[in-house]
Amino acid sequence: MIHMEYYLIVSTIMMFVGIYGFFTRRNLLAILISVELILNSVDINFAVFNRFLFPGQLEGFFFTMFAIGISAAETAVAIAIIINIYRNIRNIQVKNMNELKY
Amino acid sequence: MEITLDLIVFLVLAAFIVVSSVMAVTTKRILRSATYLLFVLFGTAGIYFQLNYSFLGAVQLLIYAGGITVLYVFSILLTSSQGDHAEKLTNSKMFAGLSASAAGLVICLFVTLKNKFVPSHFEHGELEVRTIGHALMGTEKYQYLLPFEVISLLLLACIVGGILIARKR
Repeated sequence: MIHMEYYLIVSTIMMFVGIYGFFTRRNLLAILISVELILNSVDINFAVFNRFLFPGQLEGFFFTMFAIGISAAETAVAIAIIINIYRNIRNIQVKNMNELKY
Repeated sequence: MEITLDLIVFLVLAAFIVVSSVMAVTTKRILRSATYLLFVLFGTAGIYFQLNYSFLGAVQLLIYAGGITVLYVFSILLTSSQGDHAEKLTNSKMFAGLSASAAGLVICLFVTLKNKFVPSHFEHGELEVRTIGHALMGTEKYQYLLPFEVISLLLLACIVGGILIARKR
């Protein structure tokens, strides 16, 4: 028998690993990968809460589905921006990102 | 606590997810990081399949593993040169990040495990695709036609925006 807490533990660990990556990585794409981990862990939580607590309803299910779609859109736009930055300054390290404004 | 096949599958998936996500944020090469992200997404799809949300697992595999990871790999190959390694972190910064995330993890796990969730198991049973389709295409309460249309608009805006930002001038 799998308790609900086990799923929550897995998703919590995944979320904070993503936050650690977000704090420590210096490459824009690596930061985006960490954000992807965070989003994914939240999706697991929605599905688990829906399945265990409200088995007759579909809110968590649809929230997860729309979150997957929105994160796809977010990734596409972020990668377009990153490629544009690379074209301008030949680099996607965060420390060189101090002149985006001008 | 008896050991069932479900539990074994779950433990394997959980270990796979945790190890892959830790590797994804600690490995030096960015392409390996994307590959580990792909493994994490596969593990998540496995969890959805185990929760009997096959449709959600299929969506996860199609969109995340099929679409987003390919996008990542292409953009990594476009933007990083040969032998591009992550630079070494200073110890103090790594320690700061590690302690902040560890503190958050401990607090969240404490709150989660202290709470008693009423149902400790769920009834197996596949969610019918007919139910999903009716809920997705209806306009009444607990039906989701409007978000569906809004997300299609969002995706269209993203396509236009992506082309506009990334094109050559």
